[in-house]
Amino acid sequence: MAMSPEGALIAVIADEDTITGFLLAGVGHVDLRKNTNYLVVDSRTNVRTIEAKFKEFTSREDIAIVLISQNVASMIRHAIEQHTKAVPSVLEIPSKDHPYEPSQDSLLTRVKHILGAQ
Amino acid sequence: MLSSSSNAVLGVMKFRLVGATKGHALLKKKADALTLKFRGICKEIMEKKANMGSMLKDSFFSYTHAVYAAGDGVKHTIQDNVDTANVRVLGGLDNVAGVKIPQFETQVIPGDSKMDLAGLGRGGQQLQSCRKAYQKAVDVLATLANLQTAFYTLDEALKVTNRRVNALENVVKPKLENTISYIKGELDELEREEFFRLKKVQKNKQKAVAALDAEYAAHANGQSPQRTALPEDEFSETSGGNMLSIRDEDVIF
Repeated sequence: MAMSPEGALIAVIADEDTITGFLLAGVGHVDLRKNTNYLVVDSRTNVRTIEAKFKEFTSREDIAIVLISQNVASMIRHAIEQHTKAVPSVLEIPSKDHPYEPSQDSLLTRVKHILGAQ
Repeated sequence: MLSSSSNAVLGVMKFRLVGATKGHALLKKKADALTLKFRGICKEIMEKKANMGSMLKDSFFSYTHAVYAAGDGVKHTIQDNVDTANVRVLGGLDNVAGVKIPQFETQVIPGDSKMDLAGLGRGGQQLQSCRKAYQKAVDVLATLANLQTAFYTLDEALKVTNRRVNALENVVKPKLENTISYIKGELDELEREEFFRLKKVQKNKQKAVAALDAEYAAHANGQSPQRTALPEDEFSETSGGNMLSIRDEDVIF
């Protein structure tokens, strides 16, 4: 795991309000080429754009955690299922307008399956 | 199977079986340790996920507070002020039964950030409390990410270990046991053959000795002075005796 000495970043893909909150906490990062570590998703955002950004975040070396709001995650579910690497870890978070549904979380369904099966 | 079966090969096979048994026991232990840890993590994930929901709800609520207090324009102020992240994730490694698990830890880089000044015009207090709520949320999310990484890593490690345990148990060990029993059977058969051969040789020898004894006995009686100790001794003796008696009759007649 190659990490810069000052530590890795947390990437966020969510709606504007959720992202603004995380930016306020100091998560946001803009590098010299004006690349951001977050993607604001609104009703006009293309699914393909989201997927491309997700793939970019998961393949970047300096990102350790990818936060993705659940309604966005549902849009690119197949891409999330494909991501099997341990690092960066993809976390589904509730968004401001959509309450959290545990049944839709890919990780949680697996955990439940394992706990139920064993 | 093996073309040559001997005691040496049997020894090698037995040694291998011992090794496989030992390896199987060790791997089984490892799998058990991993399963234990794995299930602990599963439970913790369930708890933390439920926790995260309410945590983030609080954050969203305080964000709404802040936006209400500071006005809608504060969004853009915040988004334009993004520079370098001062919340960073540090990586470490945790070790569970020989499986390395990446560990994250969030760290806030000290120093002034532009966000300190956000909401200086109005709603500053609300904004700062919102900021704190979100920082707490980030911490919780980092622990959750930790658990999730551990979950995936352990899942993978468990699969590999279980596959090895099963391979040893169901493929390698039976194969070795089969080979050993085959070699043992082969060796037993060889031994039986050898035993039979020895018996046969002994029998033949006894026969020869008995014949010789008879020869000597006959010789001592002086009945057949010109006979040599040939293998077909008794045979020629009887035929010779017969012929002699016939010739004798001829001479007499």
